[in-house]
Amino acid sequence: MEITTHDLWTVVHGMGFGTLFMLAFSGAIGEFYHLSNGGASFQQSQRDRTMLNLYLIAMVVIAWLTVFSGEYIVYPWYRAVPPAGTTDLSEYPRRLLLSSPRTSEWHNVGMEWKEHVAWLAPIAMTMVAYVTMKYGRTVMRPRGMRTAVLAFVVAAFFATGVAGAFGAFLNKYAPVRGGSTIVLMEGEQ
Amino acid sequence: MSMSQTSELPNGSGAAAILGAGIGCGALGILAFWGDASESMGKALNIYNPSGTLSGVTTFAIIIWLVAWFALDRMWRGKTVEIMKVNVVAFALLAVGFLLTFPPFMDLLQGK
Repeated sequence: MEITTHDLWTVVHGMGFGTLFMLAFSGAIGEFYHLSNGGASFQQSQRDRTMLNLYLIAMVVIAWLTVFSGEYIVYPWYRAVPPAGTTDLSEYPRRLLLSSPRTSEWHNVGMEWKEHVAWLAPIAMTMVAYVTMKYGRTVMRPRGMRTAVLAFVVAAFFATGVAGAFGAFLNKYAPVRGGSTIVLMEGEQ
Repeated sequence: MSMSQTSELPNGSGAAAILGAGIGCGALGILAFWGDASESMGKALNIYNPSGTLSGVTTFAIIIWLVAWFALDRMWRGKTVEIMKVNVVAFALLAVGFLLTFPPFMDLLQGK
């Protein structure tokens, strides 16, 4: 069982940070729904508030790790330029996709959208975390603040969904390959 | 801090964070579009060659976001502002961020 360093980092970026961030939305949306529908007598304990704050901080950290690892570790491998005369483009995903009209739009639309829109998510979630931590449960009482928090959570979720979905498709049609090989396990012959 | 105390907090800092996030998202879209539409801007935004123009787009968008948030927070801290007006502007900028990072819309604006 082997994996290359490029494959490993792609998995850490997408399946590790990205998927974890995506999954965390279900908990955050559920908690915001709980807060906004708790009624006037609803009391949030200090422990619950601390847990929500830690949860949101973890989401923000993971969101930033996802976009930074994508842009500065995986993306340079994706857009690597092959030496002149190279015919095997399997280690040059961008060039591989652009080499055929049947796959070029995976780059021109998919990657071009993914690489930019993903950055909206950590900006939005940082704001959501800050406002929620500063105002506590009262963030859900004034309609204006609640509207902004929920809208930016949904926007971040959508941006993450777009980036994640295109990431999965791109990795299917033109996976990031190369780097040194890490042997995880030796098999029986 | 009790709930009664938190409920009396002025909304200025929250509004600053909301509008700051909107400005950051809008800046990301505008820079992405500008870098795509103008070759010279694309080169200027290439501050880390392995990642190309994207490196400048995201770096400057983050700087614009943080500076805007900081400035708005200094201006509005301890005050109560009209949050609905702030939301309208923030949502409009968020929409700009989404639209100007969507390649078919970018191409449409450039007449491609």
